Amino acid sequence: MAHEHKLEIFRGLVKFSSNTRKIWGVLVFLSIVTAVEVGLGITKPAILTGNYFLGMKLLNWIFIILTLVKAYYIAWDFMHLRDEKASLRRAVVWTPIFLVSYLIFILLFEADYIYTVFRDGFVKWDF
Amino acid sequence: MDTTVTTGSEERVWGGGNRPMQASYGKLMMWFFIVSDALTFSGFLASYGFSRFKFIETWPIADEVFTHVPFFHGNYPMYYVAFMTFVLIMSSVTMVLAVDAGHRMMKNRVILYMFLTIIGGLIFVGSQAWEWATFIRGDYGAVETKGGRILQFVNAETGERAALSEFAATLPGERERHERKTGIWFTQEAALPSYTVDEVVEGLRSSPNILIRTEQLNEDGEKTILNREQTLERIKDATLVVEGANLIRNEYGSRLFADFFFFITGFHGFHVFSGVVINVIIFFNVILGTYERRGHYEMVEKVGLYWHFVDLVWVFVFTFFYLV
Repeated sequence: MAHEHKLEIFRGLVKFSSNTRKIWGVLVFLSIVTAVEVGLGITKPAILTGNYFLGMKLLNWIFIILTLVKAYYIAWDFMHLRDEKASLRRAVVWTPIFLVSYLIFILLFEADYIYTVFRDGFVKWDF
Repeated sequence: MDTTVTTGSEERVWGGGNRPMQASYGKLMMWFFIVSDALTFSGFLASYGFSRFKFIETWPIADEVFTHVPFFHGNYPMYYVAFMTFVLIMSSVTMVLAVDAGHRMMKNRVILYMFLTIIGGLIFVGSQAWEWATFIRGDYGAVETKGGRILQFVNAETGERAALSEFAATLPGERERHERKTGIWFTQEAALPSYTVDEVVEGLRSSPNILIRTEQLNEDGEKTILNREQTLERIKDATLVVEGANLIRNEYGSRLFADFFFFITGFHGFHVFSGVVINVIIFFNVILGTYERRGHYEMVEKVGLYWHFVDLVWVFVFTFFYLV
């Protein structure tokens, strides 16, 4: 297992001839994604900051999705999850995803509720 | 009957030596640690999200806080953090190259790549220390109101932020910092800000081009700027001059913003630091030939997992603290 690597990324769209080449390929991909993120963060196109989806700006959705893409390639290719057994991979990946999604769900809903309490309540905060 | 027949296979299942995940004990334990540590960081980031959604209309804008690049003056939002991200990804690459060289038992390559990884880690930790220093020092200064709100200042002509030093008046005053040596030995106070509230108020009154910028975000996601009358009315609430940041208050806005900055990037920086220390230990072990004699470089792979994890966490911190 440790000595054989799966050399395909993007679901087999790109196949590298050696593990070293794959590592550099993934680096190039991650750098491009980071450059896109920083570029969007600096320019902030109005079409992405003005439109909302599920209460969040489209730009922020793009950032979060690109982050998850980066996380996927770091975990799969740098941490060799691609070469591990499916049981190990699933145990490592789905446990945090399940717990963290739940945590984010309850905390953000609660925070939004507190925000409305601050906004509509009869206590003055800005003085 | 059945039990006696299956005894043989039970022996194989429960007798030990099984590797259902085909990974060694050490590697599995590293994964255990990484998953639990990931949950800790998630807790930090989720609570950051909690506080941010709670104060969604007054939260500081990260682009306006992290605008510094060492050796350059001016406004460069995000460039330096992007550089730090790139350094960390790069050191992750050299780490994975070291692991790859280890699989092929090429000792000298492992040494070279481990060395580069350590250098990358040190650059990152150094950059973070610099970021902290800049953040703590602050650049424009602000005043705090009775209700704990932060008021910043802008120049009405240029639309740019105005530092306290640009307009604060100089009033003759005798207020000195109270130190241990000047009074009762167990009482002292923190360093005084460069200007008193009276000096800032007086300076604001006499310079008609300075306006107050409040924490409140408007529809365009920008901070609200008061007009001159509102400015003069609002400054009456000022009680404190705030310069830079500490755990109690900061000039950037919400108090929690600085707290989360210190805790999240601090916790991550501590991970990078311990990663560098572990890498150095393994680096010397590689040089001494420990793994050459052992016959495999799995130890390099295990510290590699940790190092990539640190990189992975930074990718999330970068997004949620600096970009979103």
